[in-house]
Amino acid sequence: VCFIPGGLDCSISFVSHLLGKVCVHGRQKEILGVLVPHLTDLTKSDCIWQRICWRLVECVPDRWMEAVVLGFVQRAPGADVLSRLLGNLVVKNKKAQFVVTQKMLLLQYGHTTAVLQNLLGYLSLDSLRRTLLLRVLQELLETWSSSSAVKHSPAEQQLYISKAILICLSHLKEPEIESCRQELLTSMMEGVKCHLDSSLPQLRRLGMVVAESISSKINSEGPVLKFEYEEDDETRELKSLLVQTPPFCVVPSLLDDDRSEKAGAALPLVPESNEKPHPAAPVMPDEELDAELDSDDDLTPYDMSEDKELKIKTPAYIRDCIEVLTGSRAEDMDKWEATVKALESLVRKNPAATREVSVELAKILLHLEEKTCIEGFMELRQRAQVAVLTTDPIPVAKYLTSQFYSLNYSLRQRMDILDVLVLAAQELSCPKFHGKTKHSGAQKPCIQLLPGNDSSKDWRRIVDERIKSKTRRFDMGRSHVELASCPNAFNSVAGHFFFPLIQHFDRPLTTFDLLGEDHLVLGRLVHTLAILMYLAVNTVAVTAMGKALLEFVWALRFHTDSYVRQGLLSCISSLLLSVPTERILADMTEELLETQSWLGDVMEKDPDGDCRRLALQNLLLMENLKKKLEAVPS
Amino acid sequence: MALPPPDPQFVLRGTSAAVHTLHFSCGGPEPDIPLLFSGSENGFIHVWNLKTHRVDTALDGHGRKSVYCVETMGGKDRLLSQGRDQRICLWDLAEGRTSVTDSVFTEHVGFCRCSLLKVAQGRWLMAVAARSLEEVQILELPSKTSVCTLKPEVGAKLGMPMCLKLWQLNCDSQPVLLAGYEDGSIVLWSVSMGKALSQLICHQEPVMSLDFDAEKARGISGSSEKVLSIWSLNEQQNLQVYKTHELVNAGISDITIRPDKKILATAGWDHRIRIFGWKKLKPLAVLDYHTATVHCVSFSDHSNPRERLLAAGSKDQRISVWSIYAQT
Repeated sequence: VCFIPGGLDCSISFVSHLLGKVCVHGRQKEILGVLVPHLTDLTKSDCIWQRICWRLVECVPDRWMEAVVLGFVQRAPGADVLSRLLGNLVVKNKKAQFVVTQKMLLLQYGHTTAVLQNLLGYLSLDSLRRTLLLRVLQELLETWSSSSAVKHSPAEQQLYISKAILICLSHLKEPEIESCRQELLTSMMEGVKCHLDSSLPQLRRLGMVVAESISSKINSEGPVLKFEYEEDDETRELKSLLVQTPPFCVVPSLLDDDRSEKAGAALPLVPESNEKPHPAAPVMPDEELDAELDSDDDLTPYDMSEDKELKIKTPAYIRDCIEVLTGSRAEDMDKWEATVKALESLVRKNPAATREVSVELAKILLHLEEKTCIEGFMELRQRAQVAVLTTDPIPVAKYLTSQFYSLNYSLRQRMDILDVLVLAAQELSCPKFHGKTKHSGAQKPCIQLLPGNDSSKDWRRIVDERIKSKTRRFDMGRSHVELASCPNAFNSVAGHFFFPLIQHFDRPLTTFDLLGEDHLVLGRLVHTLAILMYLAVNTVAVTAMGKALLEFVWALRFHTDSYVRQGLLSCISSLLLSVPTERILADMTEELLETQSWLGDVMEKDPDGDCRRLALQNLLLMENLKKKLEAVPS
Repeated sequence: MALPPPDPQFVLRGTSAAVHTLHFSCGGPEPDIPLLFSGSENGFIHVWNLKTHRVDTALDGHGRKSVYCVETMGGKDRLLSQGRDQRICLWDLAEGRTSVTDSVFTEHVGFCRCSLLKVAQGRWLMAVAARSLEEVQILELPSKTSVCTLKPEVGAKLGMPMCLKLWQLNCDSQPVLLAGYEDGSIVLWSVSMGKALSQLICHQEPVMSLDFDAEKARGISGSSEKVLSIWSLNEQQNLQVYKTHELVNAGISDITIRPDKKILATAGWDHRIRIFGWKKLKPLAVLDYHTATVHCVSFSDHSNPRERLLAAGSKDQRISVWSIYAQT
């Protein structure tokens, strides 16, 4: 498509119509793929071409405007190019404004970060459009800080909105930030609250990153908000959005350079001239001193071979350990540390002695607080607890499950109980888990320790692997190391782990209400039950467990927290995998049919992507069950 | 074939509390009894008779709060003690008296021992950590007037002063103060001008104790880490690191150089007393008697060199007295 340049006053509305029609029929890529690069070059320095381009887009009829604008925003290689191509279209045309400021940001969320950068950069490049930028930021913040949005919108949409907020923030100038500082602060406080309330770690992290960024923008000097979280690619990407690297010299970037120059000048001044105290190189002794030294050698040294590093005696008996841990003598901190470090191995080496005092040890460990700064205290304590639980499962499990529902424990302690139960169950149900080191056979889902909050992810991975192994039959290239078989130690105790946990979930206590505020713990409980169910495969109690679990899931199936729902769906998976098929059909047919219809609902309508995926997997498992039965002749 | 380390010559028992500070007073002519003063955690100062190895007197002047510094002022009749009751007491012990003649309320709540220096007959300078976090006050005794207050610069972040040593090269030169701080640095202060002459970072952890040899212009400091640091003072009054010595176990509570400048002793958190030669810092002996942290070491001031003793006080409530390298 070429144009007649200069002089001639031609009407290009025909071309606009053509463009619009083509775009709305879905051919944006093809036509704009040719058009946009051409126009980019032509409009680089030529004002006439810029005006022609603006005319072109302005004349596109409203009914096709959306398609054209969308296409341009997606195709333009940069915000400045977009600015040249579209001009002030968003200000002049209502439809374009709606598309750019509302539809693309709030109603859609599939666009890439580059597209977001284009869009928001475009809005920031002209003073007429900057008001729109501020308005956009306000609306984005409103969505970000609304608790219902955080609870019900999919994680991908929340990520998209967070990115948009960060990019907007990166474009704002000082006076603008000043003017909306109060609103920024209010939305940040509300938003951070909703995000931290969420049970999904990804959403919490999103909230933290955005809040930190907002805080750093509104408090450029002075203390800023700082959260502790694990950095990963997502957070790094988000943080990188805050910094703008303007490729062309527009006025705002000059200001930035100015500021960074000043910052650079300030730095050399900081190390004070007080730094005379430099550890200088050692002064070499003179020759004279050497002569003197020889004469001083009449002092003969004594035998110093006994001078070794001090070692603290670690206790050798379990009862000694108990004494040290419960004693409160302040001087014995060294001994306390040594005891905590040695406890797990002592418990495992002396099972008989441990069984005599198991419940007492469990009680001490549950309440053990860090007295000195040991590295890996939480890990040491957890391993000791698991060791005690596996050595004497029934009484200790009874104790722990009863404490789970008791008054006056913190949420962290209750979740610790769940973690310990799971780890011990895993150890008991896997043959010779503790003794052998990890084989190269990665088929075995070996998890050393639950790293806190992310335990659900690992376990989901295991269940997924197991599901995969059931639904597809590939040739297993790697050969399994055949482990020596031994009786399943989990068989006799599975019920003791499982049933007490499931019993009292609907009875609220004064400080602990699973169905109310403490939905995080409920989520963890549900995941724990799923794992225990999964590990109970081949045990005698598995059918009874399955029935109880099914009832439990049915009661909670409409829970609003997506973490809980994911847990419920994992429960169904575990159930389908662990309970033998004959028993499922014999005892649980009606319930399963009801569950199937519920799963279908979840798969279609649940806002959370993970829930939908899990529901689909469960339906597939059920299909497989049916097929297996049909394959069996009688 | 090196000899095994010697045993203590005798052990003093009976303080019934951890021993925090020791000071000998054996320089008097016969028939004066050689004495050892010890300050304990229960607030008592015990005066030990080194002939009978028993307590002659017990002084109670700090309200049962731990005594962490004792010094004599020109003889055994005048004693200065510093306790955790934030007071410094001056005692008159002549002719069997046991009375507190004067006291200075320092308002210092730390553990920094004061340092005394005799500047003229009957006149002393005392450096003591003051009420404010980083300051050191110089007082004149017995008048108790303040000579100056040594304040680090704003933002220097030295922390509390941990140990002090006042000294002057000879009677005519100006007194100067060496102070070790919580951040591991040692500062040389000029008392007359009231400002810092030099600062040296010797340790990563707080400086627990230091001692200085004015003749050789070299000093040594110990900290809670495993390193002993030896530093020197050059003509421009600048501190420089001379060398460092790595120990087997971390933590030094006290360091003292023998008056004849031949050997020095360190009191360690690992229950051991270590003896080094001062010239080259050659390790000479490790005295392993105590069963808890050794809090203090002190050399005696016997006029007869062969009678010289080393005393060490520990948290295990015992004072071990050694005769080591007394023949040189």
